[in-house]
Amino acid sequence: MTDLRYRLAIIAALIAASVWSIWPRPVVRRLETTNNVIRYDTLRRIPIRRGLDLEGGMHLTLEVDESKGVVANKSDAIDRALKVVRTRIDQFGVSEPVVQRAGTDRMVVELPGVQDQQRAYDIVKEAAYLQMQIVDKSQALDKVLPHIDAILKAKGLGVTAAGTPTQTPSNAGVQSLFTNATADSGKTAGDTTKSRSVAAGTSRRGRHDSAARKAAADSARDSTKRDTTKHDSSALAALTVGPFSQLIQQGGMPGEFYVAKSDVPTITHYLSLPEVQSILPPGKVIRWATDTVTIGQRAYQTFYVLDARPIITGEYLVDANPTTDPIEGTKVDFRLSREGGRRFQTETGRHINDYMAIVLDSVVMGRPPVIESAIGTNGQITMGGKDLQAAQDLALVLRAGALPVPLKVAEVRQIGASLGQDSIVAGLRAGIIAIVLVVLIMVVYYRFSGLLAVGGLALYMLYTMAALASFDAVLTLPGLAGFILSIGIAVDANVLIFERIREELDRGKTPRTAIDEGFRHAMSAIIDSNVTTVLTAAVLYQYGTGPVRGFAVTLIAGILASMVTSIFVVRTFYMIWLARARSPQTISI
Amino acid sequence: MLSLTPADMLRIFHNTTYDFIRPWRIMVVSTVAFISLGLVLLGVSWARTGTSVRYSIDFLGGTLVQVQFQQPPDVGAIRSALDAGGVHDAEIQSFGTNRDFTIRALDAGHSVSRGAAAEAQAPSAEQVAARIDTLLANRLGAGVFHIVRTEAVGPRVGSELRRGAVIAILVSFVITLIYLAFRFEWRFGVAAVIATAHDILTTLAFIKLLDIEVSLTVVAAILTVIGYSLNDTIIIFDRVREDLRKKRKESLYDTLNRAINETLPRSVMTHATAFAATLALLLLAGEVIRPFAWVMAFGIVTGTFSSVYVAGPVLLWIERRYPRDASDRRSAQAKAPKTPTDQARRQAQAASVRS
Repeated sequence: MTDLRYRLAIIAALIAASVWSIWPRPVVRRLETTNNVIRYDTLRRIPIRRGLDLEGGMHLTLEVDESKGVVANKSDAIDRALKVVRTRIDQFGVSEPVVQRAGTDRMVVELPGVQDQQRAYDIVKEAAYLQMQIVDKSQALDKVLPHIDAILKAKGLGVTAAGTPTQTPSNAGVQSLFTNATADSGKTAGDTTKSRSVAAGTSRRGRHDSAARKAAADSARDSTKRDTTKHDSSALAALTVGPFSQLIQQGGMPGEFYVAKSDVPTITHYLSLPEVQSILPPGKVIRWATDTVTIGQRAYQTFYVLDARPIITGEYLVDANPTTDPIEGTKVDFRLSREGGRRFQTETGRHINDYMAIVLDSVVMGRPPVIESAIGTNGQITMGGKDLQAAQDLALVLRAGALPVPLKVAEVRQIGASLGQDSIVAGLRAGIIAIVLVVLIMVVYYRFSGLLAVGGLALYMLYTMAALASFDAVLTLPGLAGFILSIGIAVDANVLIFERIREELDRGKTPRTAIDEGFRHAMSAIIDSNVTTVLTAAVLYQYGTGPVRGFAVTLIAGILASMVTSIFVVRTFYMIWLARARSPQTISI
Repeated sequence: MLSLTPADMLRIFHNTTYDFIRPWRIMVVSTVAFISLGLVLLGVSWARTGTSVRYSIDFLGGTLVQVQFQQPPDVGAIRSALDAGGVHDAEIQSFGTNRDFTIRALDAGHSVSRGAAAEAQAPSAEQVAARIDTLLANRLGAGVFHIVRTEAVGPRVGSELRRGAVIAILVSFVITLIYLAFRFEWRFGVAAVIATAHDILTTLAFIKLLDIEVSLTVVAAILTVIGYSLNDTIIIFDRVREDLRKKRKESLYDTLNRAINETLPRSVMTHATAFAATLALLLLAGEVIRPFAWVMAFGIVTGTFSSVYVAGPVLLWIERRYPRDASDRRSAQAKAPKTPTDQARRQAQAASVRS
């Protein structure tokens, strides 16, 4: 009798614990920050974590991007990147985000329930590497232009279709630039004034090289580009007629060059050729800018030749805030640390009257302002035409810090919240039908014993949900399917036991003995078959990802719970019945 | 309840004495034919396209965009919108209802310039997804559809997942082998393992015949089928083991048949409940789970089949080649069925022994 009492006590305790762990409780969620206001929302939910396929949200797998340079210690880099990304996500305001390592050189970011997925994506991925670099004023690129042209010609690139006259360069054309040009002006840093200092323009020397031109294999490509070239007197004149130099024009300051928008891919391609890279001036780099310049009818993109070594980098940045200015648009004010400020001051002091480019992720932001006097700890970055949200995101990213290595996206999954809701509804529908069918089969076939098994099944479902909740497991759509499947399989243990009991009854044993024998003999088969399923589920857990892992976890939890309910709980039910019936002649089975 | 007699029990297949193993030759031939058909189809696909089954983007990489339209759309319009934007050879399929479609692009498409900073590079999968959104909006209007789900998997991740899936199947195979060696005598273990291998092959053939898209969830289903099939075989072998301990004077053939007959009620019931749950999933749980449910449903069938008609004959064959002990060898030689008339005679003998 006391044995029965202990059993009942255990079962009751388990029920109580399970109900408590899955009881809906208020969950506070931080909603996304807009305009730097954090909103909170509380709702009552069953505390089982839902996977992205049930909740909606975004999953990102990021890995170290080695396209721009080999990274020595990937594992360490990922660790540092993890910290940065965590800080960014934290400020973004997503409830229960997951930012974790995955393997040696990857990390996983999961943002459940995030609404504006594109924003989140950009914030996570942006390298945010800020550098200040001095614009080259030594005409370093000009000096190597003839060499670049020669190399390209030797490769057979850069041709014009027959019949299109070459443009003759002239000083007049260049001078017209200074009077006609209407550029978005970038804002200067800190204390400098608004006026744009005009550099002493170096006029291009004209070069006639038409004789050296020869047709290239891909003339078709170039001819389409050339088709857009018109005799536009207000357009900028080509500087020289080499394949590279004919596509670029000198800009308003030394080291600044304009490229027609349509020619940008070509120039980019030329610059990426290893032969060209090797003769670029040492200690200098070429960076594109966000600015576009409209001169006459055509749009031009700008690139700058900069000193490779930055005079200061973003690691000294301690704060960043977005601001708007009615005249100059949105900006980000940043503040350097004292050490950084000192360094900055020294460096800018050395480069008075030079232009300083503010480079974010290898893109020059705005137009490099001139350094009129040494700059201290405060500065500004112009956002160009972007809106306040972009400035806020940039400030967020600068505050959290730059990524120590560039990351590229290996995998991204975005699931809308409505799909998640539909999946839950479909899953619940299937689950209810499955339960009804299984209950019908068990009760019709095993009658009273079937009822006992159904009671065990109900507890089984409760225990499994409780296990998922308390171990903080994630419920995914395959996990839900696995749970439903395991309902069908969980009764197997009871079927084994009942069939065994029936056999023992056939052999003439009393109900009490038959029950004992039934449970005893069926044990080995139950254990064997459940262990194999647990083993395959464990393998699935190891090699699976995301939703499939949820399936494995649910299956394992279900099997363990089903063993407890089939063997322990149903046995206890029988014991209760036996105690009440005293010496039954038969059992309804 | 207490007054019901045992005779009132609802029992199916009670005290049956079917000779299940008799038609084993036909069964083995037909299953080998089925598997061969599957392998041939797999081989042909592999030779032609480089992949044997239809993989989802989980394993191949690429972009998948699930779109829901207000009204059933014109698929041709979708395709031309995508082609115009450089997304060629996109696979457009309906997904559940006639308003839901999945667009799958493996081709990277034209280069998408991302501002001034990038050199011209092939767009990544997520850029293609964004591009599809724009193209559809431009051609069909933005309010006509909304994107429900986007998945973009890089090729490296895809091939790693594929490798992981294959390893998972192999490892679970090996682990179950080890467990069987531990719990059963080697003859049973080998027979069970061969039955499980058979199930993997038939499931692959089934997947190929129904052209089911192989995703991670389908791999999960395959592994579950392995577990389930093994369950079934173990139940029968456990009974065989128990019957052998009773040292009846019957051959392994008869013991096997007896075990199958004795466990028949349990098998039918368990398969019925498992099938009920799988049917519910197949019909009601939605399009994402449907491939999983198909594989599971077939798995139940093949798991049952292999326990009787693969594990059984293999066990018998092993027994004949490597008998357990001298007395068994003698009885095996004396009673091993070689001709149909032989079998009929033995059946008559066995029947008289039982009654």
